[in-house]
Amino acid sequence: MTSPQSGGSAPDKFVPKATPETQPYWDAAAAGRLDIQRCTACERPFFYPRTSCPHCGSEKVAWFTASGRATLYSYVISERPAPGFPTPTVIATVELEEGPRMMTNIVDVDPTPEALPLDLPLQVRFEQRGEVAVPVFAPIDGGDR
Amino acid sequence: MSGQRNNRDVVIMGAAETDEVGKLPHLSTLELHTQSARRAIADAGLTKDQIDGLATVSTPGPVQVAHALGITPTYLDGTSVGGTSFLLHVRHAVAAIRAGYADVVLVTHGESGRSRVGAPPYPRQSDSPLAQFEMPYGVMGPPTTFTVPTLRFLHETGNTLEQLAEVAVAQRRWSARNPRAMFREEVGVDDVLGARMVAYPFTLLMCCLVTDGGGALAVASREFAEAHGTDKPLVSVLGTGEAATTPMVSQMEDMTTCRQFTLSSQRAFKEAGVGTTDIDHLMIYDAFAHVPLYGLEDMGFVGRGESGAFVAEGHTSPGGRLPMNTNGGGLSYTHTGMYGMFAIQESVRQLRGEAAAQVDGVETSLVLGNGGMFMSAATLILGRG
Ligand SMILES: [Zn+2]
Repeated sequence: MTSPQSGGSAPDKFVPKATPETQPYWDAAAAGRLDIQRCTACERPFFYPRTSCPHCGSEKVAWFTASGRATLYSYVISERPAPGFPTPTVIATVELEEGPRMMTNIVDVDPTPEALPLDLPLQVRFEQRGEVAVPVFAPIDGGDR
Repeated sequence: MSGQRNNRDVVIMGAAETDEVGKLPHLSTLELHTQSARRAIADAGLTKDQIDGLATVSTPGPVQVAHALGITPTYLDGTSVGGTSFLLHVRHAVAAIRAGYADVVLVTHGESGRSRVGAPPYPRQSDSPLAQFEMPYGVMGPPTTFTVPTLRFLHETGNTLEQLAEVAVAQRRWSARNPRAMFREEVGVDDVLGARMVAYPFTLLMCCLVTDGGGALAVASREFAEAHGTDKPLVSVLGTGEAATTPMVSQMEDMTTCRQFTLSSQRAFKEAGVGTTDIDHLMIYDAFAHVPLYGLEDMGFVGRGESGAFVAEGHTSPGGRLPMNTNGGGLSYTHTGMYGMFAIQESVRQLRGEAAAQVDGVETSLVLGNGGMFMSAATLILGRG
């Protein structure tokens, strides 16, 4: 349902490095999937990757592929130039359909308040940075800008 | 007013800032600590050899500061949870003094935030949770992260962008009265909204300063202070609280409320045996203009969605019924990076009656500190005498 976006490689953008407990997340992203975890004891999903459930404390946690659908929870439109990023850049927190929230960028949209109403429906896509693919989000009806 | 325990048994007996705050390229981070420490020791009427406790954040750390001053501490606190840390140091010092672990705890802050003299480079991690899940998105420090919750806050509470700007307007009214403040020119809402955009909805005038400076406090038992101190008014530590939630702003449970503001203030109110209506003077850590709005609502000074109108109507301005951030705050007075110490210093000055913009009759003052990007918080309720 999602495909890795090739091109747009920007080697000077910040490239994160996985730790053992987050490696499956980054491996999935490289394969074009947004994988997050769910507790198999209390059934609640969570983000960011951890080895125990932040809700009930259980170590019975499992990975699953999220739908990639999300809504715009909050954001700023940053005018501070970051290496490799366009100015302005939309720095957002999105709420995944499954519930957890994550920080991301909103791409393929006019970086204006008018084009970015809260709760805007979004879909994940992946931005390649060297060996790493970073999840970013675009409006589901991203064509009409 | 008081609980079972006499809550005037631990006091701030000495307080001082560096001789200057602002742009100080001739002073290192360590010197900003030690200069303010020496001033606070003198303000307390003590000598360095009477100090047996040292508390400060991890850089340069309590051992370095103590050694530079020629103090051999037998109580140490290196709690380092952002700009509110100094409020936690006071809280821990109260407990330590009650436990008999120390007679006098010196709490020090110094930060070459602007000039970066003797300061470590900003850490460049690539595999911390923050590095993996926030830094890949073009974030450039607090103006682009701490600010992210604001649009959701405004949307859900009904507070407005103009009211957000009113926070900066109100604080200029205070800094205009403070000769030490970096920005002293009064501004209007249009000036704030029309200033250079930093990260929508935040313009430059809604963001804190970046300065150099330091401050220090001497905390002791009332008994010790009365036996060894000066005849300056003592400041009682009536109640304290601390709490923390998330190291990443994107992981706030609810971006319209800061849970640790509520948790830490509730503990402080309970310990002090007072409520919001007993507070004569308020300091809320204002790294950015939205933080005081959260603080007013989350501590219960106003109802949900009422903070913006409260500030806009002038209640926190000079002459208002709840004077807030009377030094001009991080937005206009000074903000070295870890501002909490300066909020405490202004509370102490107001309680002693020696503030630049002195409010009449301040008997009880509350200081709310923020650490990180809505990461941690602490509350101090301080009383005159
Ligand atoms: Zn669970």
